[in-house]
Amino acid sequence: MIKMKINGQERSWDGDPDLPLLWFLRDEIGLTGTKFGCGQAFCGSCTVIVDKQAVRACITSVSDVVDREVTTIEGLHPTGDHAVQKAWREVNVPQCGYCQAGQIMQAAALLMENSKPTHDQIREAMSGNICRCGCYQRIENAVHLASTGV
Amino acid sequence: MNIITNPKKLRGIEGRIKVENVSRRSILKGLGIAGGLVLAAPVMSRQAFAAYQTGADKMPHGTVVDPRVFVAIASDGTVTIVAHRSEMGTGVRTSLPLIVAEEMEADWSRVKVAQAHGDEVKFGNQDTDGSRSTRHYLIPMREIGASARTMLEAAAAKRWGVPATEVKAVNHEVVHSATGRHLGFGELAADAAKESVPAVEGLKLKDPKDFRYLGKGQVSIVDLRDITVGTAHYGSDTRLPGMKYAVIARPPVTGGKLVSFDGTAAMKVSGVEKVMEVQGWPWPSKFQPLGGVAVIARNTGAAIKGRDALKIVWDDGANGKYESAAYRTELEAAARKPGLVVRKEGDVDAALKAADKVIVGEYYLPHLAHATMEPPVAVANVKDGKAEIWAPVQSPGGTREDVAKTLGIPEENVTVNVTLLGGGFGRKSKCDFALEAALLSKALGAPVKVQWTREDDVRHDFLHTVSAERIEAGLDKNGKVIAWRHRSVAPTIASTFAAGAAHAASFELGMGLVDMPFEIANIQCENPEAAAHTRIGWFRSVSNIPRAFAVQSMVGELAHATNRDQKDMLLELIGSPRIVKLDSVKDLWNYGEPYDSYPIDTARLRRVVEVVADKGGWGRTVPKGHGLGIAVHRSFVSYIATIVEVSVGDKGKLTVHQVDTAIDCGMFVNPERIQSQIEGAAIMGLSLAKYGEITFKDGKVQQGNFDDFAVVRIDEAPLVTNVHIVPADTDTPPSGAGEPGLPPFAPALANAIFAATGKRIRALPIGKQLET
Repeated sequence: MIKMKINGQERSWDGDPDLPLLWFLRDEIGLTGTKFGCGQAFCGSCTVIVDKQAVRACITSVSDVVDREVTTIEGLHPTGDHAVQKAWREVNVPQCGYCQAGQIMQAAALLMENSKPTHDQIREAMSGNICRCGCYQRIENAVHLASTGV
Repeated sequence: MNIITNPKKLRGIEGRIKVENVSRRSILKGLGIAGGLVLAAPVMSRQAFAAYQTGADKMPHGTVVDPRVFVAIASDGTVTIVAHRSEMGTGVRTSLPLIVAEEMEADWSRVKVAQAHGDEVKFGNQDTDGSRSTRHYLIPMREIGASARTMLEAAAAKRWGVPATEVKAVNHEVVHSATGRHLGFGELAADAAKESVPAVEGLKLKDPKDFRYLGKGQVSIVDLRDITVGTAHYGSDTRLPGMKYAVIARPPVTGGKLVSFDGTAAMKVSGVEKVMEVQGWPWPSKFQPLGGVAVIARNTGAAIKGRDALKIVWDDGANGKYESAAYRTELEAAARKPGLVVRKEGDVDAALKAADKVIVGEYYLPHLAHATMEPPVAVANVKDGKAEIWAPVQSPGGTREDVAKTLGIPEENVTVNVTLLGGGFGRKSKCDFALEAALLSKALGAPVKVQWTREDDVRHDFLHTVSAERIEAGLDKNGKVIAWRHRSVAPTIASTFAAGAAHAASFELGMGLVDMPFEIANIQCENPEAAAHTRIGWFRSVSNIPRAFAVQSMVGELAHATNRDQKDMLLELIGSPRIVKLDSVKDLWNYGEPYDSYPIDTARLRRVVEVVADKGGWGRTVPKGHGLGIAVHRSFVSYIATIVEVSVGDKGKLTVHQVDTAIDCGMFVNPERIQSQIEGAAIMGLSLAKYGEITFKDGKVQQGNFDDFAVVRIDEAPLVTNVHIVPADTDTPPSGAGEPGLPPFAPALANAIFAATGKRIRALPIGKQLET
């Protein structure tokens, strides 16, 4: 039996320990905010935060997060008002919106590590997250807004 | 554990390197198949208000203008407005209801949007493609709103015993200014519902100067908050009690078949419950499933692992020899020989012979995959002769039809619930994934979700075509272009519907080939034959991608050959402000719109060039190694011009410093969403220009994921993208915004690269061409 904490809640799994965390979240416990995009960590749609670091849930096994603390988009902020989420709304970032949970989690992780990233650092840190609609200019501006308030 | 500290490490191979357009059903008309067009009688005629006509009523099931279908008012004042088109990122789920709210004087903060299920008899055409939702529905939605307002006003006037002319709906209430009385929409809801729907002829539309929402860009999309907190509901997010998870192994070659399979090892995978064959249809079969072997499991991860363990023998069939390099040679050879003449003015042969100089440009553009961030996915629950589908489809009505046909049940027994779409770009106009889910659910007697992996998506797409474009331009002694021959050869989308189709359908010819707007005395457009060997489909802006690339690159080549400024050359070729006459074109396809209301107006084309040149600083001095390029293209009856500033550094490293785009799309609803569409088009345009290429070997797609089918990431995105919306008055018919931003980007980039380096890009993707 694998035990972990997801969004502050104890969870357990007694199936295949190699099951990607992504499918455990989405299919087994119904946290569908984390999205499937590529299955190989190329696109970042499935980004979650494990112990303060951004992780691609599609290539992370359930057994990798034993006794760890996993945060998904649903648990990022109790009322959905994390600075990054607010900035995303302020800048009207999303088009289709599918990749945005992963983008927001990546941005939140970046700001935990570096509270005032430069534009270059933002572009560097966010370069693992693909947006096919092409919201990049707004993503960059929203991360900047979240970190500086302007 | 895969902790991402440096996301670049996970990017794969470093350095490698519609909506749709025609309705999936109106294509039947273009192919000459009888009975494809079913028109529902609209509740009211559309003539009353519009100073223009659209093709809306010629779409399958036409339009429905009825406030009882689209608007509901609760006694607490909440106004619910139905969105009957699919949301894939354009903002349509907000824009159309916003038009109704504007016209009925509803307060947007008290409006809820309800998504229509697939029912075109009730809602009218629902195909969200061809960049036409706003252009077809601006007037109908205004009429619906005006009807609802009129009914509310009539109810209030009766309550007060005053003439209806004395009352007025203002911001969610009706007021009688003479007495200062007012009643909220909620208080009037029950009485208003009893009023008869007014005749459209008597409706009064708001004066545009009183608009609170339309054209302002102050309203965010209705799903914004849900998207940022993870509760927005996409196709993959549907969960039903007892639902099974399935993935399918499909024939790797289009037209291939399953010979045999061994599921023993797959069944041993933890969580796998069943392995079974899925019915396939012979190619071409429109959107019917490809067939293959399904693995059913308790979660998607187990299903994928099970599929990896399958042993399958396929029969590849006739397309097993499809090979991209050889096919390119074939296409290019065809483009060098005469083909079917599809436009002819003057005498091109004689003019080319008489020309002082002939410039020839040969261009090649490969297949592209849509690669929507949400791969195809659908949930179906088929039980007791009824089917319910939850899916991210651009064609809810068509999906309902196709599910009914595939299962052999009446359409009224099929419910299609439309979720949000994690990207569409034309891919989700084809509902094969929903049909697979329906077939599996029927076979299993349980709800089933079919999830496509990224590899499934890239390898079994309805690909953007592959094309060779060849332009010969003849110049006289003064450098004036006197002859223009354009041959365009590419497998046609029609081949997905009818075996052996080898010439472009009229809708493909109309996308940048026969509608070429230049003022040249001798013009000939030709379309040699091309055989298809895979499923070809609509990809955002469709044939406009290769045609705009060829035509606008040729403008750059001509500017260079005659030592002129690109913009000056472009304006000279566009010529005088006029309505372009295309009398020699048989069955001219004008994006489904009547030519009188939506002609090719070169004054508007010139204007976007001039606006972008002015706002984008054309002619400015740029640093050494930088270059500016310009391109203009009319598509989806909108006019768009783009300027790109680029530099090419060591090892061919391309940096896009600035992009400026001017768009004239007529009267618009939400400029903020137009801006986002154009910003996004620059990214998609850069993606296809730099990296976009799907190739075949032995009939199989050689790419599979974002490592080998790369798209642009944030660190290579343009540093600045500016969008300049050319204001249009309310009499200018609305036109497309979702697709037309894409075509001019790549040629503007290629012209900029030439300005920066002297190197002319004639084949996409750019790939390693700049490295040497």
